[in-house]
Amino acid sequence: MTADSAAWEALRLSLWVAGWATVLAVPLALWVAWILARKSFWGKSLLNAVVHLPLVLPPVVTGYLLLISFSPNAPMGQALSAMGLQLAFHWTGAVLAAIVMGFPLMVRAMRLAIEAVDPKLEEAAETLGAGRISVFARVTLPLIGPGILAGAVMGFAKAMGEFGATITFVANIPGQTQTLPGAIWAALQIPGGEGQAVTMVLMASAVAVAAVLLSEVLARRVSARIAAK
Amino acid sequence: MTLQVEIKHQLGGLSLKVGFEAAGGITAIFGRSGTGKTTVINAVAGLLRPDAGRVSLGGDVFVDTASGRFVPPAKRRLGYVFQDARLFPHLTVRDNLTFGARYAPPGAQGAGLDDVVALLGLAPLMARRPGTLSGGEKQRVAIGRALLSRPRMLLMDEPLASLDAPRKQEILPYLERLRDGPLNLPILYVSHAVDEVARLADRLVLLQDGKVQAQGPLYDVMADPAAVPLLGVREAGAVIEAEVIAHADDGLSTLRISAGTLELPGVQADVGARVRLRVLAQDVILSLSRPEGLSSVNVLPVRVETVHAGGGPGAAIGLRAGKDRVLARVTARAVAEMQLAPGLDCYAILKATTVAPGSIGR
Repeated sequence: MTADSAAWEALRLSLWVAGWATVLAVPLALWVAWILARKSFWGKSLLNAVVHLPLVLPPVVTGYLLLISFSPNAPMGQALSAMGLQLAFHWTGAVLAAIVMGFPLMVRAMRLAIEAVDPKLEEAAETLGAGRISVFARVTLPLIGPGILAGAVMGFAKAMGEFGATITFVANIPGQTQTLPGAIWAALQIPGGEGQAVTMVLMASAVAVAAVLLSEVLARRVSARIAAK
Repeated sequence: MTLQVEIKHQLGGLSLKVGFEAAGGITAIFGRSGTGKTTVINAVAGLLRPDAGRVSLGGDVFVDTASGRFVPPAKRRLGYVFQDARLFPHLTVRDNLTFGARYAPPGAQGAGLDDVVALLGLAPLMARRPGTLSGGEKQRVAIGRALLSRPRMLLMDEPLASLDAPRKQEILPYLERLRDGPLNLPILYVSHAVDEVARLADRLVLLQDGKVQAQGPLYDVMADPAAVPLLGVREAGAVIEAEVIAHADDGLSTLRISAGTLELPGVQADVGARVRLRVLAQDVILSLSRPEGLSSVNVLPVRVETVHAGGGPGAAIGLRAGKDRVLARVTARAVAEMQLAPGLDCYAILKATTVAPGSIGR
């Protein structure tokens, strides 16, 4: 394998892992953000703390906790592999690590957006005959769209850059779990690997900038639809 | 179709206990801030669950705490116009207007989009978004949006309170058209402005400290001396109906009421039109003999019906003028010196300026 194709392989895997992580995490993050913003229940502070834990814990610790929870010997790992899903030392584990690490950022952005929606608008929709699902689909969702988008972009960017938890949980196997940050780190361990590292640094930077630009364009489109309040 | 409300609700320090009925036309709930008006209308709409009581419209029971019945707002089919319009910021005026149409049952009676757009003058606004509308325009869209959900009744919570005087004047004619037009939709109208109520309402419910203090046809309640402290001594006064019979070149118009004619300035209505006059109680002067040589030309023969002495130096006098009732506010000393008592015939002098131009209307 040439140095360049190894870099492209790492980029492909990073996009794949980050894409899956984002797609899987957005609905869950939206749901958690919703109950944190709108519901009051026993244990709410605890849920909030657990969601935010990956933000404050050292990533290596988060990765270690994932490893002992989902290793093939652990009960959860056994249950999942019985269902044909292997996580440890596998790209799916990298997806899980990316979800866990990006989750607090997603929930924060979405929660702020939900809290900014005036419940009086939803009441107005109800008096016009709209049931709960219609109110959410026709009033709430369009209003929190930019927040969901911002959360998704942050989660995607976090997944692209995730290193500590990933390498602890699923190691750094080229073509399997070696995403861009892992590949850059590995290249820098080899004498004369700086050239390859620079290539991948440029790739990672390009993806990051592209993600931010894309989200700007989408957000502008959404807010143009919503117009000035 | 009659709305029947009988509710009890504890709201902070206010214990609300309200019972009233509303049928056709505009029923106004009048009260100062903090008397529980919005709580009542929200309980009717379903945005609030009363602690106890029953709310029904026609044969449909919306709330019955005895049987645990509660119909959610989406199933009540009541159009609600909020004080703050509450238009959906992400939708155009057109999409705001048609928001509720799909939820109305197929056979629901009501106005079509074209009718409502014409009634409320919305044609130039259709493609715009709420963020670019003025307060008055927003409120017109909000009224249209409620109408187009094909409601069985319209609820309005201080729809004019957040507007300045010119914007109010802009909306009032639309509300009058709604009342007098072919839609024939019953309206429950919450307000703390006597002039709005006097101009719009057919029935009046006076609320104070969470209790109904008086209710009945507008003309009766406004002419009731006991209602003076509830409406405020400066605002209290009878509402009477008049017909415009002539406009003179000097700006005065002649209006006929059951007890005679009045000369008033600033009447906008056409000859032949029926208008409402508001005669403020504090602007009516009583005289035992027919007055001569006055600068006011409006003198009506009246008979004293009730004398209602308040706690202060003033007294409210209920008067019969032909078929109409008029209210006068005089001092307690005048009551004693003139020996005002039920059955006494005397004369009421109305200054022509007693009827504010803004409160003359159909």
